[in-house]
Amino acid sequence: MKRLDAIVIGAGHNGLTNAAYLAKAGLDVLVVEKNDYIGGAAVSRELEPGWTYSNCSYVCSMMRQAIHRDLDLARHGLLLVPYLGTVNFGDGDERLIAYHDEQAAYLELRRHSPHDADAMHRFQADLTRYSQLIRKTLLRTPPEPTSFRPRDIREFLWLAKKFWALGEKELYEYVRFFTISAADFLDDYFENELIKGAMASPGIIGTALGVYSPGSAYILLHHVMGDVDGNIGAWGLARGGMGAISQAIASAFEAYGGEIRTEAGVDRVVVKNGKATGVVLDNGDELSARIVVSNLDARRTFTRIIDKDDLPDGIYEKAKYFKIRGSSGKVNLALSGLPKFTGLPANRYIDRGGQAFTGSLETMERAYDCWKRGRWSDDPFIESVIPSAWDPTVAPPGKHWMSNFIQYCPPALADGPWTPDKRDAFSRTVIDKIERYSPGFSDLIVHMEVRTPHEIENEIGLTEGNIFQGELTIDQLFFNRPFPGYGQYRMPLKNLYMCGSSTHPGGGVSAACGANAAREILKDLRRPNTVPEDDFYDE
Amino acid sequence: MNSPPDAHPFAGEQPKLSPFHPRQAALNLRDAWGVWNGYKFADCYYDAEYEYFCIRNQCGTYDICPMQKYEIAGPDAEAMLDRMVTRNVAKLGPDRVCYTVWCTDEGRIIDDGTIFRLADDRFMLTCGSPSTAWLEKSTYGFADVTVKDISDTLAALSLQGPTSCAVLKAMGLAGIEEARAFDIRYFPFADNTLMVSRTGFTGDLGYELWVRRELALELRDAVYAAGSDYGIQPYGETATNMARLEAGFIMPALDFNEALKTVHFKHDQTPFELQLGWLVDFDKPHFSGRRALLEEKSRGPEWTLARLDIEGNWPAEGAIIYDTERCRQEIGYVTSAMWSPAVKANIALAMIRTKFLDGEIWAEIYKAKELRQYRRMARCTLRTKPFWMPARARATPPADF
Repeated sequence: MKRLDAIVIGAGHNGLTNAAYLAKAGLDVLVVEKNDYIGGAAVSRELEPGWTYSNCSYVCSMMRQAIHRDLDLARHGLLLVPYLGTVNFGDGDERLIAYHDEQAAYLELRRHSPHDADAMHRFQADLTRYSQLIRKTLLRTPPEPTSFRPRDIREFLWLAKKFWALGEKELYEYVRFFTISAADFLDDYFENELIKGAMASPGIIGTALGVYSPGSAYILLHHVMGDVDGNIGAWGLARGGMGAISQAIASAFEAYGGEIRTEAGVDRVVVKNGKATGVVLDNGDELSARIVVSNLDARRTFTRIIDKDDLPDGIYEKAKYFKIRGSSGKVNLALSGLPKFTGLPANRYIDRGGQAFTGSLETMERAYDCWKRGRWSDDPFIESVIPSAWDPTVAPPGKHWMSNFIQYCPPALADGPWTPDKRDAFSRTVIDKIERYSPGFSDLIVHMEVRTPHEIENEIGLTEGNIFQGELTIDQLFFNRPFPGYGQYRMPLKNLYMCGSSTHPGGGVSAACGANAAREILKDLRRPNTVPEDDFYDE
Repeated sequence: MNSPPDAHPFAGEQPKLSPFHPRQAALNLRDAWGVWNGYKFADCYYDAEYEYFCIRNQCGTYDICPMQKYEIAGPDAEAMLDRMVTRNVAKLGPDRVCYTVWCTDEGRIIDDGTIFRLADDRFMLTCGSPSTAWLEKSTYGFADVTVKDISDTLAALSLQGPTSCAVLKAMGLAGIEEARAFDIRYFPFADNTLMVSRTGFTGDLGYELWVRRELALELRDAVYAAGSDYGIQPYGETATNMARLEAGFIMPALDFNEALKTVHFKHDQTPFELQLGWLVDFDKPHFSGRRALLEEKSRGPEWTLARLDIEGNWPAEGAIIYDTERCRQEIGYVTSAMWSPAVKANIALAMIRTKFLDGEIWAEIYKAKELRQYRRMARCTLRTKPFWMPARARATPPADF
């Protein structure tokens, strides 16, 4: 049996990134993927002829520019297109348009509240300050707090220097920021409910927290710290859908000589004498490798594909209680035309952005209440985008597709398991809500793909359908991710690594987890590093 | 001649309006106007970045009415052009376009532009700056050639981007997809003729549409009606400048200084310095600058306009280039620079003393952060190919997107 240098389990974007950097270093790398397509949650599939959905993730802003540049993903076909602002729909007729143009955005805020329009400057300055610090850590391995190795001490000193540069007052604010709720954070700046709702919505996306839950302020930051071409907070679409990101990385990986095997689910990781030595595929084939890298989430890695008896004490339990609660659903719609929304000016650029059906903080909190009771929200928060208004490649001319991301949708329902009927009822709730803002909307629907946490878990393997591979709360962030003591991509078994969003810096299509893991692996294998540092100078 | 008494008192100093102006003004939501060759001209319409991405992702239109257009006709037209420009015009086939430069006797570039062969004895020459005087000077010694400035009578609209061919097909221009790069095609339009050339200034798939001025709005409306499902959007100077730099195209007054406007010795450039030696045909009969250029070819250019990939993400606009990180010797200067959103690279064109090209290249970049100036030395890597050169730009027939 040929012994590979590395097997990467799961062809999501982080697995592919990890594999690409290992292959770039000259290693013999195989990526195994259970599905017959690659991409994991950064995937584009044509389910209705002519329409290409971004089935799971739908926009991106965290994609590390340094990786995009270093792997020459443009040459491999990737084009990220930033989009113009988002329209926030209030509970009633109120609309807040987040224009891309600064002056236009200011005037729009003033229309709702002169106070908030001015407060926005302080809000943006504070948020930028917080996000810049975290951005600097994205393409770095977290230091291990209990280790006294020189590299960890050096990294802590580096961090301390960055923190100290904030100034004393901001240092306290920063620590506070990690523990408060999005609503509390926003109350310090804004008075208008629609503006607060709009600004709070990134704080709940993908997480089983409400806008009033402690910790949601950080999630908010996690969603606005990305950038497109240096415009912090900007969001972009991948031309051809989010799958184009995975395809481009896969193409770079293959150009370095790597191989991807699809329809090759892993039954278990082979462990001998406390070391990972390979994998056994679902079809019984056994593959051997010097190292095994799991791009699966922490729960799945340690409770599904590794025998409990092969693990050191306590790891199975850590994985079992790893917070990875599903909270969101997705409704992808093929439309026969561009939907028209009420209460908006006839501005031809407005559909070149997103739609956020936010309502007020209270609406969002009520939506969360449903989740707590094991129901999908009856008045959900929906974040939508119509990629076809931008991307000529994803729908026939004149036709469109709309991505709708829904909070909240529980992985398990109080009244028993998910059924096709319940899934349909869930999608009706979503469409009815959009219809409230766009009369005649449902008549446009040509095809629909509905994804509750149940589908997300079963199709692409995210436990409970949690889009981040684990909650982004402080107990599971940075050197605590996925577990305290395992924040540097090396797992409790020798030669076993993790490279997915369950590791630092967490969820989002950033490619950072995979790249960081590759850097650590190459260090262990005594190979020269191939992973770039973030290429922005001190901002 | 005095203006009529009821004319606007400042009419004489106001810019002219392009025939497309009524439509473009309605879409210029930011009132972002500049001036080009005396025409009121959009810097951007709505959002320069959006417009740039329309060129790379969908399609956009760029008003090239202010570009100078000359009809050069007569039995001696070909010979006259061949005497003037560096390229071999005799080799330019019917219904074909070529890019060229023309030089002074010293081999310094006066301007660059395109030549369209409209018939055996009729050409159109386009260029950025008004050139009547030089063209007329160039007719000396040719008995039978006329030069006519048609800039104000011929309207032209550039349609660029991956969906541009699909838009023209939707407009009913049958067979346009068969046009190769630099081909010219004719189509009936409004009881007249629409000329379409597969040319442009973006390095992407694109076309330029030419009609009589009176038909400008009709043409524009037809293009926009066909383009509405293909993401059509007007774009201005800012987006054009981004796209052309990614494609490695040069701009007068940025990357080269027009020889006839140059005050200081050798502050203008030769084709070899701009890496445009391929445009110079020494096999054809004598042309302006031939002797000087032959000499330069054998000697090698003193300067070279190089394509640089610069580390970091600070645009290197105006940067001085050095041979070491510690600035031992100044070896050149950046002429155009930007962060390229499509390629995700920090790109620049820089004029560098040729003999230093083999060594290290460092750019000294300044950037303000909240008023405070910061300085970086950034390592530069030479690139031989344009940063943006998608296969679709030359594919025939092109795909629909």
